[in-house]
Amino acid sequence: MDKPPTDKISEIYRQLYRIRRVEEEIARIYPTDKIKSPVHLSIGQEGVAVGVCANLRADDLVFGTYRCHAYYLAKGGDLRSMVAELYGKAAGCAKGKGGSMHLIDVKHGVMGASAVVGTTIANAVGYAYALKLHKKNAVVVSFFGDGATEEGVFHESMNFASLKNLPIIFICENNLYAIHTHWSSRRKISDIYERARAYQIPAERIEDNDVLAIMEKVGHAVASLRAGNNGPFFFECMTYRFREHVGPNEDFQLGYRTREEAVSWIENDPLVRVAALVDAQVRRCIEAETEAEIQDAFSYAEAGAFPCAAELVTDVFEA
Amino acid sequence: MDRTLSYVDAVREATDQEMGRDPSVVVFGLDVDDPKGILGTTLGLVEKYGSGRVFGTPLSEDAMTGVAVGMALAGLRPIHIHIRMDFLMLAMNQLVNVAAKARYMYGGQVQIPIVVRCMIGKSWGQGAQHSQGLYSLFMNIPGLKIVAPTTPYDAKGCLIQAIRDNDPVLYVEHRILHFQKGPVPQVSYTVRPGRARVVVEGKDVTLVGISYMQLECIRAQRYLQSVNVSAEVIDPIWLSPLDTDTIVESVRKTGRLCVVDNGWSNCGAGAEIAARVIERLQGSREVSIRRLGFAPVPCPPTPPLEELFYPNGRTIASTAYDLVRGGAHDWLPEEQPELQEVEFKGPF
Repeated sequence: MDKPPTDKISEIYRQLYRIRRVEEEIARIYPTDKIKSPVHLSIGQEGVAVGVCANLRADDLVFGTYRCHAYYLAKGGDLRSMVAELYGKAAGCAKGKGGSMHLIDVKHGVMGASAVVGTTIANAVGYAYALKLHKKNAVVVSFFGDGATEEGVFHESMNFASLKNLPIIFICENNLYAIHTHWSSRRKISDIYERARAYQIPAERIEDNDVLAIMEKVGHAVASLRAGNNGPFFFECMTYRFREHVGPNEDFQLGYRTREEAVSWIENDPLVRVAALVDAQVRRCIEAETEAEIQDAFSYAEAGAFPCAAELVTDVFEA
Repeated sequence: MDRTLSYVDAVREATDQEMGRDPSVVVFGLDVDDPKGILGTTLGLVEKYGSGRVFGTPLSEDAMTGVAVGMALAGLRPIHIHIRMDFLMLAMNQLVNVAAKARYMYGGQVQIPIVVRCMIGKSWGQGAQHSQGLYSLFMNIPGLKIVAPTTPYDAKGCLIQAIRDNDPVLYVEHRILHFQKGPVPQVSYTVRPGRARVVVEGKDVTLVGISYMQLECIRAQRYLQSVNVSAEVIDPIWLSPLDTDTIVESVRKTGRLCVVDNGWSNCGAGAEIAARVIERLQGSREVSIRRLGFAPVPCPPTPPLEELFYPNGRTIASTAYDLVRGGAHDWLPEEQPELQEVEFKGPF
């Protein structure tokens, strides 16, 4: 793999650091109950979103899961609006009507997320169909977890996207667990990418939570789609969730996984690996800027007003 | 307005006119481009608009409903067709969890202008899974509009309205209504949501018939006429939003309401209509109410049992007669074969 240029690496570091620190701040605030929204933190998994979105333009689209903070931010979603949404404030990205699991930023191509596993895969495919029908040059990325690949909608969507050669890239974030259940209790087949190949979709696994490998391989797929070649593409990105399924804490005490299992992933943390590639002074500068931005976003959310009572009944139908 | 069309042709014409007017309208579903063209309602569309805008799908109701949602997010206006309403049970997640909620859940930033056409079957041994009228399940969900047109005129006007509507609309057809003929203007027009129609005026009892049961209510009205009972017949047309005012005003006049559902009565559309009428009239008008609907069993295919499963013009007339006269009279009109030919003549 060619080494990416220094400024690209710095930008990757900024994204990884920013997402990590936003979520650590969410975790820090959480016990105060100011955020009354179930949070599914991406800590440990940021590299997938960052590696993928490093290749995307503002007019590209992403669809995803309730664990949506990382790709929302990586795709350019507005930080202030996100934190305000978690606080349930009127200035939130969904006016306080979505919550942590349904972040959206239409302007930046973040097209929403579902609390029901697998659901947005089909929505992403439909969007890709519209792009192809109208001969648009943009691409769609569908993020989902390994659990989603057990849903019927996953297979139906793979089949249709393949049948119509749609401009979509499927990103399976394989963190080994669906809530607290290890993949081996849910599937006989370990290699998820093989399932995509069964639909004649070019597919591969990217090991080791490797943000730079993800960036490079997905970059080739994006370039191919931009050149007008047929999609879809499929990547199974191996990653690991450091915190509990939902909530701000670790959960090794539950016993469904061990700290020993986590150690290799934590030692292999993409944030730490990329940090080592960035000049110390550049890093300090990025960190200082990011901390200021985060402080601003949380202050903005704290200061914001809650939605007024009339908002209860608006937005069900077109006014 | 002297041109007569079948319900099928009205649906096809509405689709054709809207596809011609708006390039964002697309049509898909199982078999929409096959030689039968969804009972004729989609015939000729693929030749005219191409396979990008009109296509048959894999047997994947769940994902294809999600695809419709994604298309709508991208600015298309998909019409997703199901030749049986029963198949919607495979599409519930996308309809209930996404289509109905996206506008609200995303703070009004997106809209899902999809039309889901679905057909209710009856007779010829359709049986338990080809005959269900499941619209009341969806009436429970905020964010979905539901229309069940009964005449060729409304079939066209409601479909055009549904296509142009910026919210998801469930468009419920009945297989037997497809054979109806009636006046349909050539020009494009819409039948707006939330307006019921008083089809026949009367003074003794209000009959509200949903979907195909509208036809049976008109037959009942004729039977009742023969025993000097004057029935008012109302077609709600749109179930969500529901025109409560028109029904309430009718019942304020007649004092009696018989709602005939094309589904089961328990928690059904008829129950909702009855409750709304009582909520509005209690304390100011004494009201007698009856609900009719499917027998509380799965639909049997064998003709003698199937006959008992459904309300019909005679049983509706008998029920309404008891409401008007009070008590149980065991009156059941003789079958009048000429009423089998009842069609919607208008004018509207």
